Amino acid sequence: MQSKPLTLTILDVLSIIVLGISTYLALFFAPTERVMGEVQRVFYFHIGTAWTALMGFILAAVFSVAYLVTKNLKWDRYQVAAIEVSLVFFFLTIVLGSIWARPVWNTWWTWDPRLTTAAVTELIYIAYFMLRQGIDDPERRARFGAVYALIGGLSAPITFFAIRLFRTIHPVVIGGANPEAEGGFAMTADMRVAFFFALFAFTVIFVDLYWNRIRLGELQDEVEQLKLKVTM
Amino acid sequence: MITVKKLVKRFGLKTVLRGVDFEVQPGEFVALLGPNGAGKTTFLRILASLSRPSLGQVTVAGHQLPHEAAAVRARLGVVSHLPLLYGDLTAEENLRFYARMYGIADSQLRITEVLEMVGLENRRHDLVRTFSRGMQQRLAIGRAVLHDPEVMLFDEPYTGLDQDASAMLDEVLKTVAAKGRTVVMTSHDLARAEDLATRFDILSRGVIAASAKHEELQNSNLLSFYKEALAA
Amino acid sequence: MNITETRTAAASQPRQGSFIKAVSAVVWKDLQAEFRSRELFSAMLVFSLLIILIFNFALELDVKTRQSVTSGVLWATFAFAGTLGLNRSMAIEKDRGCMDGLLLAPVDRSAIYFGKVISNLMFMLIVEVIVLPVYSVLYSINLFQPGLLLVILLGSIGYAGVGTLLSAMSVQTRTRDILLPILLFPVVIPVILSAVKASGGYLEGLPFEEILSPLSLLIAYDIIFIAVAFMVFDNVVEE
Repeated sequence: MQSKPLTLTILDVLSIIVLGISTYLALFFAPTERVMGEVQRVFYFHIGTAWTALMGFILAAVFSVAYLVTKNLKWDRYQVAAIEVSLVFFFLTIVLGSIWARPVWNTWWTWDPRLTTAAVTELIYIAYFMLRQGIDDPERRARFGAVYALIGGLSAPITFFAIRLFRTIHPVVIGGANPEAEGGFAMTADMRVAFFFALFAFTVIFVDLYWNRIRLGELQDEVEQLKLKVTM
Repeated sequence: MITVKKLVKRFGLKTVLRGVDFEVQPGEFVALLGPNGAGKTTFLRILASLSRPSLGQVTVAGHQLPHEAAAVRARLGVVSHLPLLYGDLTAEENLRFYARMYGIADSQLRITEVLEMVGLENRRHDLVRTFSRGMQQRLAIGRAVLHDPEVMLFDEPYTGLDQDASAMLDEVLKTVAAKGRTVVMTSHDLARAEDLATRFDILSRGVIAASAKHEELQNSNLLSFYKEALAA
Repeated sequence: MNITETRTAAASQPRQGSFIKAVSAVVWKDLQAEFRSRELFSAMLVFSLLIILIFNFALELDVKTRQSVTSGVLWATFAFAGTLGLNRSMAIEKDRGCMDGLLLAPVDRSAIYFGKVISNLMFMLIVEVIVLPVYSVLYSINLFQPGLLLVILLGSIGYAGVGTLLSAMSVQTRTRDILLPILLFPVVIPVILSAVKASGGYLEGLPFEEILSPLSLLIAYDIIFIAVAFMVFDNVVEE
C-alpha cells in the first residue's frame, strides 16, 4: 500500500488551523453588521463553501472532456472526487443561506434564481451518482458519468440564466449592486479580512478533502485489483 | 482475412484479453472454443467493431479497426444469440430496414432471394414477434447475409434452440451463411463445432491456448484436444 | 468525440446522402412498428389525459386559475408523458439486441442518434396534437395559435434531443426503469421553464417582444444540447 504523502498530512493539519482561524475571524473579529445583526456572520462560510463548490463543479465538467478525449480512468477518479466534495460543500452553502434568509428575508426558502439553481444543481449531481450506481462496468460507468456531468455542467448555468428572466431578490455583494435586492450591505475593512480569509480557508479545506478523496479512489482501485488477482 | 496481433482488452481494471494473436485465411471456418469468461464474446465484439481494442492491431477484410470501422462493417455479417430483429415489424420489413441501413440497391430482389434461402418466403408478411425462436434465428441469418458480407461472425448461435431447431440452423449456417465466406464462430457445443469448422482455436485466460486444423484431429477427438488445451 | 474515425467513416461511404438515408430508415422503422402496435403511442396518450385529469382535481381549474396555469399544466403533462415514450422507444432497441444491429450497420453513429430523436419527436408531437384539442374543449381555451404551436415544437425538440441521449444511457443501467426521469428532469429545466413562459405569453396575448427572450433561450438550448449530444453519442453506445 502506498503511504500517505507528507504534504497531504501537512495539508490536513493546515486545514484544521485555517478553519479555526476563519471561524474566529467570522464570529469574533468581524464587526456585527448594523442592519442584519449577528446572523450576517454566516455569510463568510456561505461564500467560502459556495465558491469552492462551484469551482469543483466546473472542474468536473473539464474532467468530463478530458476523460472523453483520453479515456484515461484517472480523469474519472478526479471527477468523482470533485463532484462528491462539491456536493457536500454546496449543500452546506444552501443550509447556511437558509439560516441567513430566515431573519433577513423572513423565509427559509424562496424561488429566487440562485436558490433554485442551487437546488437544481444538487439534484443534477445526485442524479449523477444514481446513474453511476446502476452501472457495474467501471469503464462504462466512467463514460456515462463523464457524459452526464458534461450535460449537467452545461445545463446548470443555462438554468440560472433562464430563471434570471424573472426578478431576483438575492443580494449581489461582490461586483454590481442590484437596487431591488434585499439584504445587501457594504463590507468594512475588517469584514473584508474575514471574508477573504474565509475564501482562502475553504479553498485549502476543499483541496485537502479533494486530495484525500482522490487518494481514496486510488486505494479502492488497488483493492479491486488485488481482489482480481486473488480470484484469478 | 482476419489478422489480430497482440490484442489486449481491459474493462476498467479487469484484463479480459491479454495479447491474443489470431489469423484467419480466406475461406476458413474457425470455431473459437473456451470456458465461460474466457473472453470469447468480447473477442468477437472487437472483431465486429462493437468494442474497441485497448491495445494491439486488428485487421478485418483488409481494413484496420477501429479507425476504418465503417469499411469493416460493410463487409461483415454477425449472428448472435440475440436475433437483432424488431418484433413489431414483419420479416420482410426487418430485412428492408437493414437493406436501407446497408445501402443495398435493388433491395426488393435481394430480400426475396434471402427469404427463400432461409426458407421463410411464405412467412414474409408475418410479424417477427409471432415467430418461434428457431425461425427468428434463421431470419437473423438472413439479415446477416443480406449485404453479402465476406466475413461472418457467429456468437453462440445455438443458444436457446432445441434439437430440431439446431439441426435446421446447422443446415442454414452451412448452406447460406458459411458458403464461400470466412467464418469465426464461438460455441459451447463441441459436437456442432466439430461438424462445421475447419479449424479449432481454444481461448483460455485471455489468450489462444491451442489451435488445430480439422484434418489434424482424429475423428471424435475434439473433446480430448479441448480438455488438454485447458489443462495446459 | 473521435474525430478521426468519423472522418474516415464519412470518406469510405461513396454514396451521397447515405447519412440521410440511414436517418430516414431508422425513422421509417420506428413509425412502421409503432403504427402497427400503437403501444407507445396509446400509453403516452392515455397517460397524458390522466395527468390532465389529476391536475383538474389538484388545482381546481376554475375559469380564473385556468388562464394562468394552462401552460404549466400542458408542459408538466408533456414532460411526464415524454419520459414514458423515450424509455420505451430505447428499450425496444436494447431488448432484442437491436442496438447492436444498428451499430453494425456501416453508417455514422450520429445517424442513429438523429433517427431516434426524430422518431421520438414525432411520437411526442402526435400525442401533443391530440392533447391540445382535448384540453381546448375541456377547458374552453383556444390552444390552436401558431405561436403556441411553435413553442411546443421548439420545446419538444430540446426535450427529445436530450431525452434520446439520456435514455440511451439509462437503458444500459441496472435501474433502467426508474432512472430516466431522474436524469432528464433536472437538465431540461431550462426547456420547461422557457416553454412555460413563452406559452403563457402567447395565451395571455402579450406583445412579441416579451415572448422573444424565452423563445430565443429555447432555440439556444436546442442548438447547444443537440450539438453536444451529437458529439458525445458515440461514447454512449460504443464500448
